[in-house]
Amino acid sequence: MCWAETVSLMGQDKQNLGLLQKTFGIRWKRNLLESAIKYVLYLCAILSIFTTAGIILVLLFEAIQFFQEVSIFEFLGSTKWTPLFASKHFGIWPLVTGTLLTSVGAMLVALPLGLLSAIYLAEYAPRRVRGTLKPILEVLAGIPTVVYGYFALLFVTPILRSISDEIMVFNGLSAALVMGIMILPMVSSLSEDAMQAVPISLREGAYALGATKLEVATKVVVPAAMSGIVAAFILSMSRAIGETMIVTIAAGQNPNFTFNPFVPIETMTAFIVQVSMGDAPTGTIEFKTIFTVGLSLFFMTLVMNLLSQYFVKRFREVYE
Amino acid sequence: MALITDVAFQKIMRKRKIRGYVFYGLCLTAVSIGLLMLAALLYNVLSEGLTRLSWGFISNFPSRFPERAGIHAALLGSIYVVSIAGVVAFTLGVGAAIYLEEYAKKGPFASFIQLNIANLAGVPSIVYGILGLEIFVRIMEMGKSVIAGGLTLALLVLPIVIIASSEAIRAVPSSLKEGGFALGATRWQVVRRLTLPYAFPGILTGAILAVSRAVGETAPLIVMGALTFVPFAPDGPLSRFTVLPIQIFNWTSRPQEGFHVNAAAGIIVLLVVLLTMNALAVFLRHKFQKGTRW
Repeated sequence: MCWAETVSLMGQDKQNLGLLQKTFGIRWKRNLLESAIKYVLYLCAILSIFTTAGIILVLLFEAIQFFQEVSIFEFLGSTKWTPLFASKHFGIWPLVTGTLLTSVGAMLVALPLGLLSAIYLAEYAPRRVRGTLKPILEVLAGIPTVVYGYFALLFVTPILRSISDEIMVFNGLSAALVMGIMILPMVSSLSEDAMQAVPISLREGAYALGATKLEVATKVVVPAAMSGIVAAFILSMSRAIGETMIVTIAAGQNPNFTFNPFVPIETMTAFIVQVSMGDAPTGTIEFKTIFTVGLSLFFMTLVMNLLSQYFVKRFREVYE
Repeated sequence: MALITDVAFQKIMRKRKIRGYVFYGLCLTAVSIGLLMLAALLYNVLSEGLTRLSWGFISNFPSRFPERAGIHAALLGSIYVVSIAGVVAFTLGVGAAIYLEEYAKKGPFASFIQLNIANLAGVPSIVYGILGLEIFVRIMEMGKSVIAGGLTLALLVLPIVIIASSEAIRAVPSSLKEGGFALGATRWQVVRRLTLPYAFPGILTGAILAVSRAVGETAPLIVMGALTFVPFAPDGPLSRFTVLPIQIFNWTSRPQEGFHVNAAAGIIVLLVVLLTMNALAVFLRHKFQKGTRW
């Protein structure tokens, strides 16, 4: 090997080495960027866990302070709720019955109407009708609840009062009826999704046996989609329990321990709004009640949401 | 086995058919009740409120006299609060969705986050108001301000953005991504150049729906401490504020007839904004779907 050749080889090596270093540098930078981005995205994702933790901690922190002043036996045992009066009573039951009255009433409206609408959309409606109806129902679902509150107090209540004198200006009935209309699209679209997921072969089998459309819908499709429909019901009920503006506007602010739909009542959500609007000073027992009521509300809806997810999961396992 | 006669069969068949028609009628009634209610609501609001709608209604501050009251402060407040909520929720939500769909390994941790997000979507909105009051207003000392309201609503609509974006990202064909990896692209390059552009229409639709939810929210902002009577326009992120739905709530709750007319007019403005946004979502989805060719 001659001298000149060796020199040129060494030069090439040097060049290669430079290239290698350069590549290494780029790759190093690239890896750094990659992992930085990964961590930023990771933070976005776990923010949701912080939110849940934040909700639970905030509610628990103030609720524990509340229960240092008020015994839990009074909270769960008394049927009087007057934290804003001079003689204070802290029995949660009037708010619970108010909440149940309006939400169960709403479900009595929304369940039959929503389920029948879902059956119509999934089994009967021609494609074009379905294409028009679904967006309209979505509009119904997208109307803000304060608008429904206006509708309940200033349109539905006067009509109800013209029918019966027993009905007061603020009453659970009007709120429940309008809330039923509000959650109808939710019941209908979730149930319809469940029915659409039922394999077409099941329907065809039933038709081949000579079943009518009604029999296919009620004896084949609905039972097959049952767990999805149940999940839709539970989710809607949880939505009705947490609904605020309709009941605040139309149902009144009188915590009555009653299931009479004609008289003013107060729901848990409406009570939270009432205290917030009244500017109760921080640290007072009145102020802490909203966290305690909020905690009860949070756990009620959490249990229902978990239950509905359990049903959806079962439903998926059957048909995938 | 007893065979039934033709006559008996015809009789049973007729019964079954009649039952079918009755049921069909019931279904149609159920659908029409929903539609009728929507029509009644719209008619009621329009017939009450249209007379009050004028430039003055948009540009005036609230007043003791219904004829002079307007939604200027509420409209500006809504725009500020919802803009903050939209930007924050979009950034964080899309980030979270990318992590969950493209980075996170399938396992208990990922499914725990998924379950958690699904539950957050079902938490009553008023509970977010309590969270905002404690975290943003009191602990972070932002006061009952525009920024605290915006962040509260951002947390509220975050699950909607995450769920919609996750669905859009999941719908991107894996062959597309694998092609990117085969060319030596890193994960982030694949996400930014291939996945996100393809999933964009779905993400955008979800974001618009989330914003339209934020526009209509009342309860969390009341709990957080938004005002109900604001005779000034918000002048910065720390200014106190009100929003359009709270103004409507305030007018609806007053006994005077004149304020009810104002509430109806406010509702018309709110519904026009919401319908425009929904139409925009549909239009954008349609346009981008046509434009995407792979």
